[in-house]
Amino acid sequence: MTAAVSAVVPARPRPQWRRIARRFLHRPMAIVGLVLVLAFIALAVVGPMLTSDPDLQDFQVVLSPPSLAHPLGTDDLGRDVLARVANGARVSLLAGVVSTAIALVVGITLGLISGFYRGWFDAVLGRIVDVLLAFPFLIFAVGLAAILGASLTNVIAALAISQVPAVIRIARGEAMSIRDQEYVSGAIADGSRDGAIILKYVLPNAASAFIVQATVAIPAAIIGEATLSFLGLGVQPPNASWGILLTGAQQYLAQAPYLAVFPGLAIALTTLGFNLLGDGLRDALDPKGHR
Amino acid sequence: MIRFSLRTVGLAAITLVLASIVIFIGVRLLPGDPAQVLAGEQASPELLAAIREQFGLDQPLWVQYLRYVGEALQGNLGMSTRNNIPVTDLLLQRLPVTLELTALALAVAIIVGVSAGIVSAVKQGRFPDYVANGLGLIGLSVPSFWLGLIAILLFSVTWHVLPASGFVPFTTDPAGNLRGMVLPALVLGVGLSAVLMRQTRSALLGQLSADYVRTARSKGVGRGTEVRHAMRNSLTTVVTVLGLQLGGLIGGAIITEQIFVLPGFGKLMVDSVSSRDYPVLQGAVLLTVTAYIVVNLLVDIAYAYLNPRIRLNGGTE
Repeated sequence: MTAAVSAVVPARPRPQWRRIARRFLHRPMAIVGLVLVLAFIALAVVGPMLTSDPDLQDFQVVLSPPSLAHPLGTDDLGRDVLARVANGARVSLLAGVVSTAIALVVGITLGLISGFYRGWFDAVLGRIVDVLLAFPFLIFAVGLAAILGASLTNVIAALAISQVPAVIRIARGEAMSIRDQEYVSGAIADGSRDGAIILKYVLPNAASAFIVQATVAIPAAIIGEATLSFLGLGVQPPNASWGILLTGAQQYLAQAPYLAVFPGLAIALTTLGFNLLGDGLRDALDPKGHR
Repeated sequence: MIRFSLRTVGLAAITLVLASIVIFIGVRLLPGDPAQVLAGEQASPELLAAIREQFGLDQPLWVQYLRYVGEALQGNLGMSTRNNIPVTDLLLQRLPVTLELTALALAVAIIVGVSAGIVSAVKQGRFPDYVANGLGLIGLSVPSFWLGLIAILLFSVTWHVLPASGFVPFTTDPAGNLRGMVLPALVLGVGLSAVLMRQTRSALLGQLSADYVRTARSKGVGRGTEVRHAMRNSLTTVVTVLGLQLGGLIGGAIITEQIFVLPGFGKLMVDSVSSRDYPVLQGAVLLTVTAYIVVNLLVDIAYAYLNPRIRLNGGTE
């Protein structure tokens, strides 16, 4: 009986990764985005090993402009800006990737269950998500950072929690539309367990939406970390974070403008990279979409 | 339409009540004992107990919440622990600054974003489209606080054309007020105008390739009429995006006020976190969230008004 039903279960459509990759590689701007993102990751991973100690103070070279010895100049305590920007990249990468990963795991799990089963769980969770989305992202993050206290771990937690509601909403929508597909009804009729259906059918078919969401969430978290640190609610000095570097630069805008230029450029290029990558992935994964 | 509006208002009211509970509990979770903050570090246990009794802090949490909401509905949000002024007075003092800033930024965003989006869609694949797209991507990628610093560096420090800080009330000196608001409003408006430009472009492109536009074109209407019709149908997208992005604008205002030292709501909020002035923080967040919910409610209703399919189906999921 089961075998007979299985035979009529329609094949589930699989995303064709090779074709998607080819479409992606045909977009020059998407490749620029990928290069920028890879450069950022390289700066974060390898940069701190190649540069000097970011906390080393040298009062002989206080506020000196870019030179061969200090390619991005030095700050008010004579610390090397390049080393601090590289270290800031590490903080940004950590905050962006870890908080997004946590938000995706929690949000996808809750959202898929909610959209797949509907019922009371969906109603309750839907209400909670509505309430959390009633808080502007930054205000929510500022409030959480204030409750948790200022540190990198707490900033990551605050950013992850702030991103969860949006992910739940996306995952729920995906689960609802995929659940109505014939191949899922077929699998249900076939007697497959719900968990297996969600893992085997719903999750892979919703993957492209989650990948695109990650390219939106990571730069948002990177800017979020920099913003919280800039406001004094995130990473604390003397640790280097791009936001901290910009706070320090504020007082020396007239004497040492490069202090404000380089960390900000690093944030802007990283965010630009993720935006281009996200646009490219969206077009490659959904060629019929907008444009 | 009335049934739809009532349903939407009801849902928004529930969201607001639940949000107020979240804020209330959130503030109670903040580090530090409110009685200790009021009485100072050296306070005796007797004084602390007296303060707890006076402010009802010894009552169960739900009693405290109901009392807070009851007072809030009468316009009393408690006293600032830092400078002993009613929170409501403090908020009303700061509100005009933030309202002016966000209104100007919104105007910048709508004028720049929508017109760039229209030009970009009409000239699709040509030079103006590339320029608008490139600028849009840059606008999306540059964090507002960095843009603020660079704007100060160029316009105030280097060229001395606009002030970097210092707020003058509009009623005292209108010209001085606007001069001081130019940079903050531009900085805050850039991100939103980039989002609006992209959304207007893609909505308009979708409409321009729709059947009714093709029919109109085959009947020989001019390009201007064509775009006008298509734009009217793209408005729902623009309105929705505006509503969705409002939170970003409020968040951006916090940073912008911090950089340009504007005595607004955002600065008040950040200062109240650092000085542990929790009644002020609670009042400011509550008012912001209320405003955000009300604006989104208006957007929902406007959206249904512009798009009859929504209200006839009883609303979106």
